[in-house]
Amino acid sequence: MRSGAPGGIRGNANRGRLTVVFVVVTTLMLTLLGRLWYLQVVTGSSYSRAATESRVRSVVLPPVRGQILDVRGRPLVANETRPQVSVDYMALLHQPDGGTDVLTRLARALGRPYQELADRARLCGRDVPRPCWPGSPYQPIVVADDVSVRTALWIAERQNEFPGVSTALRPVRTYPLGPAAAHVLGYLQPPSPDDPEGGPELIGRDGLEARYDRDLAGRTGIREVAVDSTGKVTGLIREEAAVPGETLVTSIDARVQEVAERALARAVTGARRRGEPADSGAAVVLEARTGRVTAIADYPSYDPGVWTGGISQRAYEDLPLISAAVQGQWAPGSTWKVTSTAAAAKAGYGLRDSYDCPGGYKIGGRVFHNFESAELGRMDMRRALVVSCDTIFYRFAERMWKRDGGLTPVKRPKDPMQKMAKEFGFGTPTGIDLPHEAAGRVPDRAWKKANWERTRADACRRAKSGYPEESNRGRAAYLKALAADNCRSGGVWWAGDAANFSIGQGDVLVTPLQLARGYAALANGGTVFSPRIGKRIERPDGTVVRTIAPPVVGRIDVSRKTLRFIRDSLAGVPREGTAAAAFAGFPLKRFPVAGKTGTAEAYGRQDTSWFASFAPAKDPRYVVVVVVSQGGTGGTTAAPAAREIWEGIDALTHHKKHPKKHKKGGGR
Amino acid sequence: MTTLGPLSVRLPPARATRRRASAGVALPALGLVLPAAALSAIGLLLVWSATRGRPGSTLPERQAISVGIGFALMWAVSRIDLRLLRAYVPLLYLLGLAGLVAVLTPLGRTINGSHAWIVLGNGLQFQPSEFAKAATLLALATILGELRDGERRPGAGAVLLALGVAAVPVGLIALQPDHGTALVFLVLTFGMIAVSGAPKRWFAAFAAAGAAGVLLVWRLDLIRPYQLQRLMVLADPDADPMGVGYNATQARIAIGSGGLLGKGLFHGEQTAGHFVPEQHTDFIFTVAGEELGFLGGACVILLMLALLWRGLWIAARSPSPFGTVLAGGVVCWLAFQTFVNVGMTMGLLPIAGLPLPFVSYGGSATISSLAAVGLLAAVNRRTRTPRIRQSRRSA
Repeated sequence: MRSGAPGGIRGNANRGRLTVVFVVVTTLMLTLLGRLWYLQVVTGSSYSRAATESRVRSVVLPPVRGQILDVRGRPLVANETRPQVSVDYMALLHQPDGGTDVLTRLARALGRPYQELADRARLCGRDVPRPCWPGSPYQPIVVADDVSVRTALWIAERQNEFPGVSTALRPVRTYPLGPAAAHVLGYLQPPSPDDPEGGPELIGRDGLEARYDRDLAGRTGIREVAVDSTGKVTGLIREEAAVPGETLVTSIDARVQEVAERALARAVTGARRRGEPADSGAAVVLEARTGRVTAIADYPSYDPGVWTGGISQRAYEDLPLISAAVQGQWAPGSTWKVTSTAAAAKAGYGLRDSYDCPGGYKIGGRVFHNFESAELGRMDMRRALVVSCDTIFYRFAERMWKRDGGLTPVKRPKDPMQKMAKEFGFGTPTGIDLPHEAAGRVPDRAWKKANWERTRADACRRAKSGYPEESNRGRAAYLKALAADNCRSGGVWWAGDAANFSIGQGDVLVTPLQLARGYAALANGGTVFSPRIGKRIERPDGTVVRTIAPPVVGRIDVSRKTLRFIRDSLAGVPREGTAAAAFAGFPLKRFPVAGKTGTAEAYGRQDTSWFASFAPAKDPRYVVVVVVSQGGTGGTTAAPAAREIWEGIDALTHHKKHPKKHKKGGGR
Repeated sequence: MTTLGPLSVRLPPARATRRRASAGVALPALGLVLPAAALSAIGLLLVWSATRGRPGSTLPERQAISVGIGFALMWAVSRIDLRLLRAYVPLLYLLGLAGLVAVLTPLGRTINGSHAWIVLGNGLQFQPSEFAKAATLLALATILGELRDGERRPGAGAVLLALGVAAVPVGLIALQPDHGTALVFLVLTFGMIAVSGAPKRWFAAFAAAGAAGVLLVWRLDLIRPYQLQRLMVLADPDADPMGVGYNATQARIAIGSGGLLGKGLFHGEQTAGHFVPEQHTDFIFTVAGEELGFLGGACVILLMLALLWRGLWIAARSPSPFGTVLAGGVVCWLAFQTFVNVGMTMGLLPIAGLPLPFVSYGGSATISSLAAVGLLAAVNRRTRTPRIRQSRRSA
């Protein structure tokens, strides 16, 4: 064999080796082809998506949230442009030290303690106290929004030192009236991370901000830009401008609101000076004929400005977030008698007939007393309302109770008082355009039975064990007897329950707003509205998107005459009745105010002080209801506050009559 | 006289073949030149695409010059009589080693994490390891292809000598460190020993040595963390998408998003956004994948396969073991480097800094790859020589 000839190679081992190399090389290249096919054709679409994701950045263009205005166009909630400093949670997380270094430097730049920023930049969780970020970790977290422009620019120019920190001029909510109407206006918070529709924008969490969030929020714009690998923008792909939020015009009159806030605060401090706890209170002003809300004042309140830029746990826990006007429930006391009077009239009792008003009235072995057991003699129903006689109503209630069968009730009891109370709108939420409204309570036989069944086990246990924790022996014995009574027959609607009901005591509960709406129905001739604060939605340029009318949800089925009689009777209360002292010196002749005081007993607490009123008495335009929890009698605490509000309304409307005649009210 | 002798003896036949070459040599040589030229042309377009949008970039122009030099060298090498070349092999080998040593001296520069460069100033720089590749190839071919009389395959002495000759550049390159290139040397040596027909027991020994080496690296903890991470990323590409896995992930996204037909040359969005680092050099295949799609990418792979087949055909037809081993070495080199390069861009293999022959930007690599094609052509020319001589004699 000649090694040099081509034939020699073919014949030798090299030929076989070359075949192996051929096979290996071919296999390698075909492997590459197969992998290429798999990547590009089989799974190509998923990579196309990934490519788009890596190449396209969406920049959210936040819309400017709409303003909330009062009836005259005065801003209740406005916007103010301020530099904000935000941090990107994910970017901080990717720092080698978890962002501690960046936040420390940022804290120094902002002149804030490090811990404050670190707290605000952490995510809320079950064991994380406020302040924390309740939104998505992919949104920029605002850590400071009262930054000077200088500082913001200084930070913005040093992106290398502050990776993940961004600054932007952003509108923040401002509240020109300060703490006034804080509960009504509500507040904004970042959307919760569980909310699938939650964008990067704050959303309304309470009050009007929550109820009209859709209108106020506007539409978030989006700008899609192409970026290169360093994140540098290389081009604009798509831009959809943000649509600013619409303006909510309310029926709130800022001046009446301020008057109401002031009057309520004064009533509370006055009651405290007299030694009452006066822990909370509310004042509601409605337009009697339309059901619109003119003012809602709550005590205690807070400055909604605290929400801007995050809030500390301590501050959050101390915030009185419950609106007394909408969520507070108390027994209405004698203000309730308007429904009982209407019920009595409907049941056939003559309003002008003469009734005896003894100091006490015996029902089922127990004497039910007048306020301070006053012996007031014979009187008609007008007088009964003016001097707030209880015993006349006890008698009505007992008779009605007996007619329904008493302890062995007929199949379909007439329950005239409960029915009338419900016609006045009690026992159901008013449906006002605010969230979290309480329903109140109109107790009857069925309710008492159901309630007894709920609480029976506890009562029976107490009936056996007694109240060993009670130090007062006599009281413990009384409570034990009561528990035994409750255990045995707590579900029975006694005549005493009916009597208590007739004067707005016992288990009756109303919210101040419900009472105001009931009085508005009384004042306007029987129309029960679902009150509305929002009046219309406008575009920022002023064109009206839609108007909001308070819907009529019911009518009081009583003759106009009866209602007029009650109205006329109540006009006597400030003149000569239980509110006479409070209204001493008030120009009742020119501006006749009609009203009813209420002093409701609350178990274990001081009396609830009520005053429900409307004016002018002959042709009522407004309803004013004031309540001060644990504030003493209606005449001493609530009525003077109502008087102050009426003085304010009088001054505003009276003043208006002369220079500008047509500017009244806002349209209707 | 040993150096002058071949010159005077061999020149006449070489001159004589020149005339015949146009007819006889052109066709088989076209099988080499056409794929190499097509790959180089595609490479130029892709480098252009990958570097567009970079202000003042002269990279496509530089690559064009490299391709030009490479083709000139290819032509020159293909003209060289291999028997003449053999005389200069020791010198070339030593020059190659000198370059590698120079890299380790203060003359060397680190570019892209690899201390593999010598900078001559004014943007002129080269990678001695690329030239050492060709020099080592020739040295190994000389050792393994020069059979003594009566030998059908290289003896133990020749194999050991070949291993020794390969070990020196491998060691020097490993010191840079450039493990990818060192691995190319190992595969090339292994392939050439295989093609030379060395007994099979050598491969058992290599396998044992390889296993022992892996075990040793593992036990002595010689593997660097970044290397381990590259292996981990291969197993799970999404493990660290912004860190070690970034390159691999972005490369796969670019290729995968190309689809069947690609986004069109110069229309690759990922390429335009410079998402894939080192895209014009080691990751040039991602540009082909994104802009030319499966059709373009397959075209690149098939062109390479055509070239490799032609190289094997030449190896098989070479009259001398020297030519067979040389051609086989070139095929192993180009095949391995292609497979590793394209494989890593597609997530088949861990990331190793190896260029795609003819296509990647890089003067040294382009020139040495094209020169290697020249060697194949030269082997091919030798295949014809006896026949030409015969016809001359009969005339």
